[in-house]
Formats: sequence, C-alpha cells, structure tokens
Amino acid sequence: MFDLDLWKEIIDALKKNRMRSFMTAFGVFWGIFMLIIMSGAGRALENGIMDGIKAFASNSAFFWTERTSKPYEGFQRGRRWNYKNADIQYIRANLNDLEYLSPRLFGPNSYGGDNTIRGIKTGAFNIYGDYPDYFKIDPWTPVKGRLLNEIDILQNRKVCTIGERVAEVMFDEGEDPIGEYLKINGVYFQVVGVIHPETRINIGGGEKNEAILIPFSTMQRTYNMGDVVHFFSVTSVPGVPVSKIEERLKELLKGRHHIAPDDLQAVGSFNIEVEWKKFNSLFNGIQILTWIVGTGTLLAGIIGVSNIMMVIIRERTQEIGIQRAIGATPGKVMLHIVAESVFLTVLAGYIGLALGVGLLEALNMALEAGGDEVFFRRPEISFRMAISALTVLIFSGVFAGMIPARRAVRIKPIDAIREEK
Amino acid sequence: MIRLNNVHKSYGTGSNSLHVLKGINLEIEEGGFVSIMGSSGSGKSTLLNILGILDNYDEGSYYLNGMLVKEMSEKKAAQLRNEMLGFVFQSFNLISFKNAMENVALPLYYQGVSRKKRNKIAHEYLDKLGLLSWAEHMPNELSGGQKQRVAIARSLITQPKIIVADEPTGALDTSTSYEVMEILKEINEDGITVVIVTHEHDIAAMTRQIIRLKDGIISEIIKNGDLKQWKHQYSKELEIA
Ligand SMILES: Nc1ncnc2c1ncn2[C@@H]1O[C@H](COP(=O)(O)OP(=O)(O)O)[C@@H](O)[C@H]1O
Ligand SMILES: [Mg+2]
Repeated sequence: MFDLDLWKEIIDALKKNRMRSFMTAFGVFWGIFMLIIMSGAGRALENGIMDGIKAFASNSAFFWTERTSKPYEGFQRGRRWNYKNADIQYIRANLNDLEYLSPRLFGPNSYGGDNTIRGIKTGAFNIYGDYPDYFKIDPWTPVKGRLLNEIDILQNRKVCTIGERVAEVMFDEGEDPIGEYLKINGVYFQVVGVIHPETRINIGGGEKNEAILIPFSTMQRTYNMGDVVHFFSVTSVPGVPVSKIEERLKELLKGRHHIAPDDLQAVGSFNIEVEWKKFNSLFNGIQILTWIVGTGTLLAGIIGVSNIMMVIIRERTQEIGIQRAIGATPGKVMLHIVAESVFLTVLAGYIGLALGVGLLEALNMALEAGGDEVFFRRPEISFRMAISALTVLIFSGVFAGMIPARRAVRIKPIDAIREEK
Repeated sequence: MIRLNNVHKSYGTGSNSLHVLKGINLEIEEGGFVSIMGSSGSGKSTLLNILGILDNYDEGSYYLNGMLVKEMSEKKAAQLRNEMLGFVFQSFNLISFKNAMENVALPLYYQGVSRKKRNKIAHEYLDKLGLLSWAEHMPNELSGGQKQRVAIARSLITQPKIIVADEPTGALDTSTSYEVMEILKEINEDGITVVIVTHEHDIAAMTRQIIRLKDGIISEIIKNGDLKQWKHQYSKELEIA
C-alpha cells in the first residue's frame, strides 16, 4: 500500500482522467462538507445558548408564593400569603443539603412610571433587594466598583449596584457613577458598583442590565416591608439534586403556613436542573440529527463513488484486460482500484473537511464581531470529530472500491480485450 | 517450446455449446516463426489465446517451455504471461491515457521495476523501433503503424520467449503491414519464437511455417519450402468459396 510507484501510477491515472475523477470525488466532498457545516451550526447554537447560562448554578431552584388552591386548617382557599424572615432562618437551620439560600424582595416598582431620579435624569428600573449569596447562584461581575457584601446587609447601608443600562441612562458619558447618589422611590442610595450579568437567564422578569440591586435588609427597613420575603433562591450541595431539596422545602413551608400538603399551587417554584436537562437533550438531539443527516449525505456520496467506480470499471474493461494480459495480477488490479477509491475519497473528504472548517472559521470571525448578544457562537467542530470523519472516509473508500474491484478481477483478460472489437 | 496434445475448446454450455477446437495437436520449436491461418470463425484467435494463456481449454494438454499450463491460478497466469509472453493485437490495445513510453514501460511496472529504470529501458526499445522522437506522444497522436510498433516495443520489453500476435497487420495498409512483418522477422532472428494469426496469405508467406485450421482441427502444416505450391492451392480454394 505504501509503494510509492503504486501511488504515482494511481495519481497519474486520476490526473489523466480529470473529469471522471472529479465526478467521483464530488459526492464525498459534498457529504463531508455538509456534515461539517451542519455539525458546526448545531454546535454554534449550543455554544450560543450555553454561554448565556453556563455560569448559572445548575443545581438551583426558586420559590415564590401564590394564592392557596385548597382550604386547610380553617383557612379558605384563595388566601394570599408571604414568606417571612423567620422562614428563612428556619430553613437554614432545618434543611439538609442546602448550600446557598438567598432571599429577594421586589422593590416598589415602576407601574406609575419612573422610579429613579438623579437631577433632571429619570428612569424606570427594576429594583431588587438581595443578599450577596445571590451572586453565587447567578453570577454578576462588577464593571466598576464592587458587588453588594455582608457588611451592606448588616449595617442596612443605603447603597446600590446598578446594571449597565441604568448607568447609561442616569449618568453622562464619561461620568463615573461610583460614589454618586440615585433617588430610588424617594430614598437616596449611593452607587457602589456598575455590574454586568454573566448569564442571560432571567428569573422574575425584567432586563438584567436595567436592574438596581440594593441590600435586602435595607429594602425591608427603608420601604417598611416588615419581615416579608417575596422570593428566594436556593442551591443544593454538590452531589445532591436540587429537585430533592425542592420537595422537602415545599413541605417545610406548607407546614409553617397552614397550607394543605396536597396544594400544588401555593408554593410556586422553578427548578433550573429540569430546564438544564431539557436543554441538554435538545442539543443532543440536534447533534444526533446532524449526524444522521450528515452521514446520510456522506453515505450517498460513498455509494456514488462506488457506483461511478463501477461505471468506470465497465469503461475500463479493455484497459484492465490489457493490463492483465501484460502481467497485472488480479491482486494488483484490485489494489489499484481500491487505492484509487481510497485516494479519491480521502482527498475529496479532506477538501470537504478543510473547506467546511474554513467556512465555519470565517463565520466565527463574523460572529465574534457581533459581541455578547448573539445566540450563535463558535461554530466549530471538534478535532475528534474531524479525525473520526476521516477514518470513516478511509474505510468507506475501501468499501466503495471493493465492489467494483471484485467485479474487475472477475473479468477475464481475454473477454476484456475481445469486447473492444 | 510449445506443445499441444489433443486440445479441445468449446464456448457456452449445453445445447448452445459451440465446439471450436476439436483436438489440436501442435508443436512449435524454440525460435519458430509460425502463422495460423483459416477462414473467419475457424478458431484462430481461440487457439492463439490459449497459447498466450489468455484463455483456458477444456481437454488435452498444453506444455509451455516444458511446463503444463492447465487450471492455473490467475495470479500465476499473469506472472507467466509477464515473463514468457509478449502480445501484439490487431487493434494495438494501447492504454489511451498513457504516452508511448509509459505504454511500453508498463509490463515492467508489474515486475516491480522502478519508474526511472523502466522508462529508460522503454526509451531503448522505442529507439530500436525508430520511435524515439514519439516517446512522449499519446496513442491518439500516432498512426496505425506507429501504434503497432509501440505495441511491439511493449511486448518486447520483458524479453519474452514468445511473441503472440493476433492479426498484427489487420488494421494496417499493405506497406505498413510489410514494415511490421519485417520487424517481427528481425525479432524472430534474435531467437524469439513468433506466432501470428493472419488471413492474408502474403503475410503468412513471410513466416517459416503455416498452420491451417479447418473445422476445429489442423488441416495442414506447411513448411516454408512448400509455400509456393500451397499458395496456389489456397487461392483456388478462395475462388470456390
Ligand atoms: N467468448 C466467446 N463466446 C462464444 N463464442 C465465441 C467466443 N469467442 C469466440 N467465439 C466463437 O468461436 C468461434 C471461433 O472464434 P475465433 O477464434 O475468434 O475465430 P477467428 O479468430 O478464427 O475468426 C467463432 O464462431 C466465434 O463466434
Ligand atoms: Mg480472430
């Protein structure tokens, strides 16, 4: 197989029959090209979405309250209720496998228009009261200044961190927001950070870059919210599925608030793990589909090669007959045809691979320029996939050559020579 | 060199079977220059193909250089053809996408001779046949006579013991035919056995022995000395037919 002369002979034959070689190779080229492009596109979709969510704690769940749907312990159905600070403490003390728990309050919001004022600048933003633990679940990074911390909570500091859009609206270009004050729902807060969300998962609505985050304790006190908690996020310790603590948590809460154990509505919750699984199976589905369609195309290409080789053998009957008359052994004839097929398939496949990867590369460059917001990122294929595609190609080349080669050696030299007359 | 004993050959099977050779007994000595004649369809090519190990036979025996050629594997047959035999065909049978030199060199490729070396030898043979300046030309750029000379060079390059030629002049005009026969004669004078099939008696007359096939058997073997008389008889037969 590694006889240099053999390859020269083959390349010679292919070069001198350019059109034929090209036609043979094209199917395989197209097959692998499509496989690469589709797989790359699938991957890009996955990357685009995963980039937006991967920093988010995948073992997290979120809780809010809804009206009760069942009467219980003397209470009517349809009762409104709230979580309390004491619930939080109780959960922290009594729930196993809990890693983080971060309560949240939704500030008096902007139904009535702008809620944030600075001089002549005004804006309507989403105000949240949060604990620093929140950043462990849904990470943000400070672009300027810092994030909220424990001391802000302990001292009920009137400080805030603001999303980039807030900074844009409330401050002039080039102005440093840090240390400046914003009047939020009538109360002044000092800006300590401009923050950027690491994920695009949005729980509880509202554009993330239009958020203003203030210490939870400050919000409760400043706006006279008592000991009410609107919402909280939890994560389970690594190794424990969050679904497990989600159920126990609901039982605890129902027990403390006179809610029927079988009331499925009162404790609202959302579990990222479940969503995560859905995403994963979606992406797996896309990749599998890509492979099915891609290998289908490739298979068609290979069958095409085999077919064309078959036609070529018929066309070459005389040539093969002559070769055999002057001393080509059947093994040699077979080797030639298989080697030709392998050479064509691999060459065509390689070109398809290179062109496909090149196109993805170019696409990637164009997308990079698009920044953070695109949902289609890094359309790449893995090295492993490229290698396995090439391996498949070599085998398919052998396969595609084998059938016509066997037919070729069945031709008796004399039949081949006579046929021409 | 060549010995056939009671060789039979049929084409097809059952009721469709066509019994072409019905017991050929033939001996050709080393250095012989033999032509096989006979009417069309009399089995000349069939016989020659058996001699050239291009086809097999049903019955009898064929000894080539003392070796029994029967039920041979294709691999062995190919090797034997490559070592012992050179082929010349009526329609030249050059490979269309290879130039003259590459065509001539091809049998050496199957012997594993390096490209450089076989091309050099091919040049020598082309030179012998007066075609050196045509070495790089493709077959379709050559005249019939030139093509046949390329084919002869190709048949000689492995230094075979026997050249078998099926109507080597069949596609050539008279003067070119004589040139080709002259070349074959020279080859024969170098000690190579030459067996040709022809239906032209002037071509046959240039060989030293004529074998006439008729009804599947050898009806006559004529040595050179008897040719004149034979020619007379043959033309008479043609008139009748
Ligand atoms: N492969 C074949 N199958 C069937 N019949 C054949 C085959 N080859 C030759 N024949 C028949 O055998 C007879 C002898 O053919 P051939 O040896 O080519 O004759 P020649 O060369 O003397 O004209 C002819 O009738 C021909 O039709
Ligand atoms: Mg014939």
